[in-house]
Amino acid sequence: MNAFEVLRFAARGLAANKMRSALTTLGILIGVAAVILLVAVGEGASREIQSNIQRLGANSLTVSSTTAGGGGGGGGFARLLGGGGGGPQQGSGPRTQAKDLTVDDARALADKSATPSVKSVSPIVNANNQTTTYEGASHSIQQLVGTYPSYFEASNKPVVKGTYFYNDDVLAARKVIVIGQTVAENLFGDLDPIGKQINVSGVPFTVVGVLKESGSTGFQDGDDVAIAPLPAVQQSLTGFGPLGQILVQATGADTVDAAQSEITAVLDQRHGITGTATADYRILNQATLQETVSAATGVFTMLLAAVAGISLLVGGIGITNIMLVTVTERTREIGIRKAIGAPKGAILGQFLAEATMLSLVGGLLGVLVAVIGAQFTIAGVSPVVVPSSVALALGVSVAIGLFFGSYPANRAAKLRPIEALRFE
Amino acid sequence: MTPLVLDLQDIRKVYGEGETAVHALRGVSLAVEPGDYVAIMGASGSGKSTLMNIIGCLDVPSSGSYRLDGTDVGVLDDVRLAIVRNRKIGFVFQSFNLIPRMSALMNVELPLAYGGIKAAERRRRALAALERVGLADRVHHQPNELSGGQQQRVAIARSLVNAPTLLLADEPTGALDSTSTRDVLAIFDQLSLTGRTIVVITHESDVAAHAKRVVRLMDGQIVEDVRRSDVAGPPPRLEEVAG
Ligand SMILES: Nc1ncnc2c1ncn2[C@@H]1O[C@H](COP(=O)(O)OP(=O)(O)OP(=O)(O)O)[C@@H](O)[C@H]1O
Ligand SMILES: [Mg+2]
Repeated sequence: MNAFEVLRFAARGLAANKMRSALTTLGILIGVAAVILLVAVGEGASREIQSNIQRLGANSLTVSSTTAGGGGGGGGFARLLGGGGGGPQQGSGPRTQAKDLTVDDARALADKSATPSVKSVSPIVNANNQTTTYEGASHSIQQLVGTYPSYFEASNKPVVKGTYFYNDDVLAARKVIVIGQTVAENLFGDLDPIGKQINVSGVPFTVVGVLKESGSTGFQDGDDVAIAPLPAVQQSLTGFGPLGQILVQATGADTVDAAQSEITAVLDQRHGITGTATADYRILNQATLQETVSAATGVFTMLLAAVAGISLLVGGIGITNIMLVTVTERTREIGIRKAIGAPKGAILGQFLAEATMLSLVGGLLGVLVAVIGAQFTIAGVSPVVVPSSVALALGVSVAIGLFFGSYPANRAAKLRPIEALRFE
Repeated sequence: MTPLVLDLQDIRKVYGEGETAVHALRGVSLAVEPGDYVAIMGASGSGKSTLMNIIGCLDVPSSGSYRLDGTDVGVLDDVRLAIVRNRKIGFVFQSFNLIPRMSALMNVELPLAYGGIKAAERRRRALAALERVGLADRVHHQPNELSGGQQQRVAIARSLVNAPTLLLADEPTGALDSTSTRDVLAIFDQLSLTGRTIVVITHESDVAAHAKRVVRLMDGQIVEDVRRSDVAGPPPRLEEVAG
């Protein structure tokens, strides 16, 4: 009896009870598909969050105020994830008179002698949900940012069409604006927006550039933005109140932490924060944030995998159950096989092969279902199939077949021929 | 001298123990020479099937010694017993005992498969065996597509295919009508003529009449052992059936 023949016998045995085999296979299929798909969803969510964080800009630190009304806006992350990466300044303790972030703070941070690790500083004001019109078309810009030209580099927002605005524009408070793809599409359709004048809440701005598409982030549309010179936005839209944030770009990836402590020193001094007093601002460090988030999503993925693993286990028990029924049902057949000289190993092999085949077919179909399922967006996340989870799920399903099949198979192999033949 | 095919010495078999113990065999001694055709007769419950199971290595005696073709079967382990059943014994059961959902050919090939014979050789020998029992045109039928007589002939083909030392049949005609019975007995007569050793268990004297030797069992003991014709000669009813 060679291996191929054992497999053929097993396939025959399974084919004899198609419905039963199919249902058992389904149990494994669901388990394997669940493991792969849920891990893929976890991975997809994690990658999405990571890329959102990256989109904040390379080597950048976001300083935002912790006073009421201070930290509004800021790309959503300051609000959503701010708790994760705040650094040592956070906490609730005695607070000296809280100060807002000002353009003067930003200027102080740009002082090379105090902050050698800082490459650029961009003060930011946010004017969100601004109704904008161009001729007949109207669109509400989700996020309108008033800032300095350095913002484009620090926040990783390159222009694909037209130009940035320049320091001159800032100094002269010119009403020029760079718009995101979504804004361009909604207002201009196929027209070229460059040089056109749009009305933002009644104030005319001239479009000088269009940003490169950054894609939807799952939380918000990254292209539904517009960027204009800080004084122009303050004059016409927000007034000269406190800054929303200050975006600081470090000179390199290895100086981000140094930049953070330099910023802390400068701001602590300017805001009069000493000793145990709690700071009235917080610094969002991209690297720290990334670590925290990946740790959190790791746990989340593990939990999903554990839940799916349980369903795989249940599928395995299904195999034991069905194989026990099969062995009982075919006791007489086992007796006949033994009477004509079947060695123990052949019987054991046959039933083990049946169980393993059930689980392997289930596993392969499960992989197929999971891979197909991963093409769709699930709960707002596009799943990313992790190859190791496929290998693991398949391996586990085969192991389950062997493990859960071995008890019934052993029982079949150990039957005494005469007892098996007499079995009714 | 060739060894005895069967050499049973004082075989006893007790089912259960204590008050409820059943003494199915109470000291059976039997020697069968190569080429003999033995019918074992007896009333229901006399221990015929018990004896057959022991001879066929499906069951072990409570006491006594048993040599099959010169080998002491009592000392063999499971693996060796499986080989003995495969090579030395061909079984024919009253209830056919073919494996369902497998074609006649595959059923006949099965002992060869367990014996480790290559697929092509297996097919050739299985087809030859089926030819011999007159079923060359039914090789791809499954058991449930065959009549009782045809199923029993497939079973005989299966028992012969390994060229066993001993053909063992327990009431092979018990579930068959007179025509099929005649077919089966004719095959046995032919096999006996070619020198195959056959032991048939039956309670029909018509069947026993074909054997060269008739052993009668009663309450687990041999009470009569009659030779009808010579071991080396042809079976007594050969002409009758062939003609
Ligand atoms: N597994 C068993 N457990 C207990 N007693 C048994 C068992 N098998 C057989 N017996 C008993 O052993 C005795 C002999 O049984 P056996 O089957 O050998 O009879 P038999 O001659 O084949 O009868 P029949 O012609 O009806 O088939 C009977 O009394 C039977 O009840
Ligand atoms: Mg009987």
